[in-house]
Amino acid sequence: MARALINVPSKAKRGEIIEIKALVSHPMETGYRTGPDGGLVPRDIISRFLCTYNGEEIFSADLFPAIAANPFLSFTTVATESGRIAFRWIDDKGQAHLETAEIVVE
Amino acid sequence: MSEGSGSMGATRRDVLAAGAGCLALIVARPARATPESMASAIKAFVGEAEVQTGKVALDIPPLVENGNSVPLTVTVESPMTQQDFVRTIAIFNEKNPQPNVAVFHLGPRAGRAVVSTRIRLGDSQNIVAIARLSDGTFWSDSAELIVTLPACVES
Repeated sequence: MARALINVPSKAKRGEIIEIKALVSHPMETGYRTGPDGGLVPRDIISRFLCTYNGEEIFSADLFPAIAANPFLSFTTVATESGRIAFRWIDDKGQAHLETAEIVVE
Repeated sequence: MSEGSGSMGATRRDVLAAGAGCLALIVARPARATPESMASAIKAFVGEAEVQTGKVALDIPPLVENGNSVPLTVTVESPMTQQDFVRTIAIFNEKNPQPNVAVFHLGPRAGRAVVSTRIRLGDSQNIVAIARLSDGTFWSDSAELIVTLPACVES
């Protein structure tokens, strides 16, 4: 579906609060805009974002057309253990884009 | 000849009527969110609970040049422990086509209740952030801002 950029520190101390940034390339077409033919451009929105840390959900968001194109999200989590942080963006049609990042916790 | 011009007139009238219809459609189309629709969206999120001011800090520039991408950060004062944490943060607007902007779901594992994103703004307006804490209380902050180039106007 898209290209994603994620920023997770590769190493963290146990108990440290880390900041996670996620950006995905997507037009976030609102469905309110007119195209070159005068008709409305059909809506195409990423409506859901999920982030899991070793399978457990740590953050999620419901997104609406008022989110800018190429949705960017930044949030925090406590580094509890080494493992995998997974990101999932789901659009209106139910298509999902998955990205993962590894983190080492000392 | 007269028959021809008659049918021609009818065609022109049809065309004009259709044109006027289109124009009316275009004028009527941008159904915008209003302060009332924002209030009803907030009510749908909050329910019967009371929303108090405080604890939430909505950080957004007061003067925005380009409404297509406006950085926004919401910070909620909370220890983020298992007993006391921020459950949900919702953002609402007054004048975009829809009153909802985003809903963020957090938990005690967040460590801090800070969320950033970039939003679209169709006009100068008020933005409201409401946080639901684990004890069921709602806290809010709002910001008024001016947008010089609104989103949603370009084709």
